[in-house]
Amino acid sequence: MHFGPHLLLAALEGLVTSAVLALTALGLSLVFGVMRVVNVAHGEFFMLGAVLAWAISTAISGHPALGFLAALVIAPLIVGAIALIAERLVLRRLNYNPEATIVATIGMLYIIQQLALTFYGPEARPVEPPFSYRILLPWFGYSGYKLSVIAASALLLITTWLVLTRTKIGLIMRATQYDSETAQAFGIPVDRVYGGVFALGAMLAAIAAVLIVPISQAHYLMGQDPLLLSFIVVIIGGLGSLRGTVVAAVLIGLSDGIISMFFSPTLAKIIATLLVAMVLVFRPQGLFGTASR
Amino acid sequence: MDKSKTFNLPRTGLSRRTALKGLAGGAGLAMAPGFVRYSQAQSSAPIKIGFQSHRTGIGAAYGRWYEKTTAAAIKAINAAGGINGRPVEVIIEDDGTDPGRGAEVVGKFATQHKTDIVFGTLFSHVVIGSAPAAGEAKMPYFVVSEGHHVASTKLNRYVFQPGITDVKSQIQSMAPWIAANAGKKVTQIFPDFAFGYDHRDYLPPALKAQGAEVIAQIAIPPTESSFTKYFPQIPAETEVIYHVMVGPAVLTFVKELGEFYGSNRPQLFGFIDSLEAVDINSPGLEFLDGSHFWEGSPRYAQPDDSAAQKAYRAAVGIDDNGAAVGDPKDVSTAAHMFGCWETLYVVKKAMEDAGYKGPEDRAKLVEATEALTAFAEGPEHPQGPKTFNGKIHQCFGIQNISKVEGGKLKVVHKTKIEDGLYEAEGDYTTQAL
Repeated sequence: MHFGPHLLLAALEGLVTSAVLALTALGLSLVFGVMRVVNVAHGEFFMLGAVLAWAISTAISGHPALGFLAALVIAPLIVGAIALIAERLVLRRLNYNPEATIVATIGMLYIIQQLALTFYGPEARPVEPPFSYRILLPWFGYSGYKLSVIAASALLLITTWLVLTRTKIGLIMRATQYDSETAQAFGIPVDRVYGGVFALGAMLAAIAAVLIVPISQAHYLMGQDPLLLSFIVVIIGGLGSLRGTVVAAVLIGLSDGIISMFFSPTLAKIIATLLVAMVLVFRPQGLFGTASR
Repeated sequence: MDKSKTFNLPRTGLSRRTALKGLAGGAGLAMAPGFVRYSQAQSSAPIKIGFQSHRTGIGAAYGRWYEKTTAAAIKAINAAGGINGRPVEVIIEDDGTDPGRGAEVVGKFATQHKTDIVFGTLFSHVVIGSAPAAGEAKMPYFVVSEGHHVASTKLNRYVFQPGITDVKSQIQSMAPWIAANAGKKVTQIFPDFAFGYDHRDYLPPALKAQGAEVIAQIAIPPTESSFTKYFPQIPAETEVIYHVMVGPAVLTFVKELGEFYGSNRPQLFGFIDSLEAVDINSPGLEFLDGSHFWEGSPRYAQPDDSAAQKAYRAAVGIDDNGAAVGDPKDVSTAAHMFGCWETLYVVKKAMEDAGYKGPEDRAKLVEATEALTAFAEGPEHPQGPKTFNGKIHQCFGIQNISKVEGGKLKVVHKTKIEDGLYEAEGDYTTQAL
């Protein structure tokens, strides 16, 4: 294959990775930004989204699009509810202590993973894409669904940005992120904001998973890679910065696609990790983060 | 109420707390692993088989079916009087499909459970990681792994693979068919670890001997979840894509290959390892229609199945489509799990030949296993006849090449045992016991 089409394929693959990564990392970034909680179980909420998508789409017969759309709505809601319960039962009782919550979310990671293994099983199970249109390019074929994932993710990111910057809920969240004590003094129910943000973060991961599951199947260990990549993205982009998260996700996704296609996937991971180290050394607040007060 | 009136035990005597402690300690001691309850009746004590199972991790689907097959075989063996008149008991430990944990599990079987042998491992990296621990503990270690590592004689004298043919032999016996029926220019796609390297190293010479050649080799990390980016490396003149993938991402692999090529694809030849425990009719797998697979033992019931094969399928509980009886969605790992059944019967035969009494006879068991030469097809070896080379601890059997046709796998070619024999690379029997 010639260089041009080869690069195009690499870029397309990279953009799909970026799209899903941006959504997942945004959830992680929101939770850290607002609550100062490093949610190690974030990848498991991603996995839960995919597993539930499988359960919902197989329960609904008829056209695959019906099952998929139902999954896109219901799975994130269930995951959000689970996250909310976890937040009420565990994180709140630890007073959101940064060290304690890391350990607690590690525990949540294992509990969710093993419950999935027990009730869902070890198999990778596929979900049918809502449509299976194959775009025929002169050099290779490409999945139309993958392109729609990029579009859907962009739409969701814009929506999240609008919610954060243009609505009262967004204002409350930003106020809590900026200074939770002052926010509380001004009558903002910080406690409820925390619960909501944790659920929202998990829901974003679940939506990303529902979008990706027709491409890569639901499996109980699928949460590990997104977690690692999300951390990389969040560190490079700057914690709590929406713009930084998106830019870093595109950067990491594209470089992963292109470097692993022209060189090797291992080199892509090495470079991503090196980038994290460089950012931590020279710009600890991330590319778009603000220095801590 | 005043507590002192209800519990007026003297302070110096036996308090309730001490009594409970003692009771708990005693119960704990009795339940502790390795506690020999039959010490006064050695002959009736069960033979203990430690089963190193992939209960979690990427091998979990295999682990579950290996356990089902093992349970069925043990049930049959016990119903027929056990081994040397003693019942057989299986103790399962999860290795997480992880080499480090695998070695720990072998150690646990040796020191804590004090099992007679260890058995059942599939994934090649776990076998390679666990073999030194088995050698050190002088613990006979019977694997059902398919990799060439046992036969390479690079492990040690305590490791055996008597129930399933190794990859080198499989490839050698199938290469003539590939070259004659699929195509002469082959591109290989394989996982970037031990099992994949067996394919990488042994396919090119095997094909060369048949006048065909491998024109490209693409290694893919086992944790990869997206594959489209590797496909541009497949040369345009490729006639056959030879694919071996393991792990949960295989459906993605096939689907993306389908999107990449559409209907205008090269021939496909794959190892069913990729699709074990996966329904061949899953969405996205239509692309495999008309392609060919290696199968150790056929997943779908074939018209010429022997009575032994039928009885084996019924005992394990799989239907004509290779799925669990009563749950058509629960697809088995039929191409490999027969190896558990057959290995246990080899262990039984070797223990009986050795007059095996207990762990002190482990060396005798090793020698008795090495003395075996052939296993006849029958209820104990339902997959087919096998020969066994005691010097390299490896068995050799027939292989099936199956075509995907109408949503089923149909066996189109069976190799002969002689097709897969090769020169031994070493001799375990020269190693000290």
